[in-house]
Order: sequence, then C-alpha cells, then structure tokens
Amino acid sequence: MSQQAETLDVERIREDFPILEREFDGSRLVYLDNAATSHTPEQVVETIAEYYRRYNANVHRGIHQLSQEASIAYEEAHDRVAEFIGAEGREEIVFTKNTTESMNLVAYAWGLNELGPGDEVVLTEMEHHASLVTWQQIAKRTGAECKYIPITDEGRLDMEAARELITDDTEMVSVVHVSNTLGTINPVSELADIAHDHGAYAFVDAAQSVPNRPVDVSEIDADFLAFSGHKMAGPTGIGVLYGKEHILEGMEPYLYGGEMILKVDFEDSTWNELPWKYEAGTPVICQGIALAEACEYLDDIGMERIQRHEAELAEYAYERLTERNDVEVYGPPGDDRGGLVAFNLDGVHAHDLSSILNDSAVAIRAGDHCTQPLHDVLGATASARASFYVYNTRAEIDRLVEAVDDARQLFA
Amino acid sequence: MGLGSDMYRQQILDHYKNPRNYGELEDADIEHVGENPMCGDTIKMFVQLADDDETIEYVSFVGDGCAISQASASMLSGELQGRTLASVREMDRDDIIDMLGVELSPMRIKCAVLAEKVAQDGIDIHDGEIDIEETTTE
Repeated sequence: MSQQAETLDVERIREDFPILEREFDGSRLVYLDNAATSHTPEQVVETIAEYYRRYNANVHRGIHQLSQEASIAYEEAHDRVAEFIGAEGREEIVFTKNTTESMNLVAYAWGLNELGPGDEVVLTEMEHHASLVTWQQIAKRTGAECKYIPITDEGRLDMEAARELITDDTEMVSVVHVSNTLGTINPVSELADIAHDHGAYAFVDAAQSVPNRPVDVSEIDADFLAFSGHKMAGPTGIGVLYGKEHILEGMEPYLYGGEMILKVDFEDSTWNELPWKYEAGTPVICQGIALAEACEYLDDIGMERIQRHEAELAEYAYERLTERNDVEVYGPPGDDRGGLVAFNLDGVHAHDLSSILNDSAVAIRAGDHCTQPLHDVLGATASARASFYVYNTRAEIDRLVEAVDDARQLFA
Repeated sequence: MGLGSDMYRQQILDHYKNPRNYGELEDADIEHVGENPMCGDTIKMFVQLADDDETIEYVSFVGDGCAISQASASMLSGELQGRTLASVREMDRDDIIDMLGVELSPMRIKCAVLAEKVAQDGIDIHDGEIDIEETTTE
C-alpha cells in the first residue's frame, strides 16, 4: 500500500461535515470534543431524511408496503452492525438507547438474577460511570461486591493486580476498552481470557474504541460489548449491546411490552426471538438504519486508517502539550494511546480554560468526564480533554495550543 | 472575542488571583460550606454578626475551584459586610451577575452563584429554618 493510500484525505472528509464550516466571531470552529460526541456526515443525515421522507413506518407489525420497507431496513441494520464488529449475526446485536443502557440491560437482566452474596464483579479504576455506577448499584442490591483493578503511575492497568483480583468468586469482569480520560488502550482480550479461566463473563465498554479502530468481538472473545452511535458518526439515541448468542438466549428480558413477545395470554407470555426479545416497544428504527449507514461510512474510509490518523493526532497533541512545563497530561505516552488527551494547565481550572478556549472557537470538554473516582486517583477535581476524529488536523491542534497560550497570559 | 473573554474581565481575574477576606474565621456566628460537585468548586464562608444578631460585621471565605466561583466569593464577601441577614436572604442570581458585571454562559452561572447559596443556606441554618450539612449546586 502506498503512503498516500494509508493516510486519510482529511480535506475531502471534511466536506462531508458542513458543521465544521461554522465560524464564531470570525474564527473557524475547531471541534475537539469527539469523545463526547462526534459529528454526523451528510451521508448519514441524508439516510435519516430519506427514512422520514420515503418509508417511515412502524416495524414488524404492518402488512403494508412502508412497514415492510422499514422492517427490512431495520433488520438489515442489525446485520450491518454485526458485520462491523465481527459478530456472527443479527441475533447478537441489540439496539438500545446508548452504551449506558446496554450496560444496564445486562446488569438488570443478568446481574440482578445471577449475582448474590459472595459473588464479585471486577471493574477498573478507569471505568466510566456508565459501568462503575451500574455495577456498584447492582452489587448493593444483590449483596455482591465490586473490586477495582488499580492503575499504574503511567495510567495503565496493573495486570498483576488484575490476575489476583479475578478469582473463582468473580462472576463478571467489566472493563473499558479505551479510557475516555487517560486514553489508555486496555488489553481486553487478555482480561477476557483471565475472566473465562475463572468462569466469569467479560463485558467490554467499547464506547471509545469501536468509533476509531478495528474492533472484532470474536478476537477479543468478549461475552458482551457495548457502544454508542453518536460517537461514531451516527445519530444520538442509539447504542448497541453485543452479546454471545447462547448467553442472550439464556437471559431474562430487560424491558417488557410489545415487540419483545411471541405469544401473550392473561396469565403468561413467551418471548420473541433474538434480538427482538430485548427491544421492547417501538424500537429506534431511524437511528438504527442511520447507524448502519455510519458503519458503511467508516468502513469506506477504513478503520485501520482511522486508527492511524487518530494515533498520529494524539501523539502530536501529547508532544505539543507535554513540551510545556505548565501542563500536566494524564495517561500513557503519546505513541500508545487512543485519540484523546486529558490535561490540566497549572493555576487555571479546566472550566476556565474551556471558557477561554471557546473564545477562539476551540471546543474541548472540561470536567470529570464521568470518571470521578479516577480523578480522585489522579488527584484532580477536573481536567480539560481534547479528543479527535477523522476530520481533525494537526493545524487544529496548533490552534488548541495557541488558545492554551492565551489562557496562560490571561491568568499570568 | 466571544462570551468567554468577557467573562474574564480584569476585575474577576484580580479577585481570583488576590482574593479578599480570604481565610478561616474563628468564633464565626455563621459557618457553612458548599460545593459544586460537577466542577469540584468548594466554598466555605464565615460570618461574624454585630450585637443585634442581624447586621453582618465581617465575612471571610476559603475555597478552591474555578476563577468565576472564587472571584464571586471574594466579591460577595466584601458586598455582604454591613448588610442585614434579611437583605442577604432576598438576594438572587441577578444580584450576583450584576455584582460580577459580566455576561455568563448558562453553564457557568452555577459557578457564580455558589458563594451566594452558601451564604444564604448558612443564614437559614443559623435561623433554624433548614438543617443541612452542606450546600450543593447542580
């Protein structure tokens, strides 16, 4: 493959995202908050518009033409998403509202029924609240206990500690694939192996990995894996729960109602086949179809190229920020991280920094990024975070650093 | 320049870098702490009352957090001196925005009003109207 073919044609990609042309007080938007939500390309916006213009209908319950078209498109969207992450088929792909709901689905449908006193759920210190709070509360209700794999000084998982924490008492190992705060890329396949050696399930929070690198559920051997559409060029309102078919078969439903049933009488009901058993009520039809288009869009660019592009941007941002002596950057070195950099500027609260950056039309995230316990470990109440996607450039990182200089001067 | 730069006028930065009435006060008549959990801003205020148990004689504070929250506490500590508890109870967010003299983006208003809320809750605790350990903003 030539060098040309390996790198992204960012200028051409940017044409698909008209929002990036917005200007504020004469400054072109620099959008570096992609770990929170990514922008949506014209192709996906068009898919959404097309759905409502041409074949909007409820699925699985109409004989008429529109319902048939919508049903087929919605079902095939599951196939497309399955293909995107290497799942066996639509039976393993449940459409939810977001990663958090995917996590809660398993916590309620499996955790509440299977966990009890003496059982343990192993998490990491770098878990997002989506998984940390969910398992913490399910543990409280069931009498199970949560344990946390600690992080090293460099912001990686202490794998030696992980091997000690995961025991035959462990029923679930729920780990984040790429940390949304540290940028650490965790060895989820190895952790899944350790979990399986002890008869536990492995749940991978892939909200920050599926959007920007090739993820193959069979390679990881994850039992469950969750991610959100809006962080991967898709719309809000849709998340995905991947689950191994035989495990999903054995679990109780999470929500009851229409669509998820097969046969109902006044006394009892039976459940629909996978994945519909877990998609009660009118599902996320348009969002699901749009998510499939987002998968198409990303695959057309190439997930390996996207991964390389993000790694390059992360490394450059890491270099530019760490060469300053007034910035603390969190997480592993620049050449080994996901496409985000969280940091603090000495003497300037992250919220002040974000407000000042906003003056230069530079959009970053400031706060605890839904990882309060991790921030406690880091000894910071908040941090600023720049996160990248397919359309970002090195020049935009230069704009970020210039704006950090402005903040430095203002607070000098 | 946009909203943000306006937020950091010289007066605000000056109060942030050189907070007035900073420090703990022993034997304060009113002492109350609050935090803004989303940002990690914390403010603890100390109020010393005159003999009438109604007029504020002196206010100090300690705290940690963003420039808006800390400058607001610093300015408010000066503003409150000589006022009555009743008049402080009647203050609202517009009074704080007027005091700061800057336009605040909606997300930052909670930073700005933390000190005011701590002072008001402290007064209510003093008067036995509420019973809370700590003030939190959302």
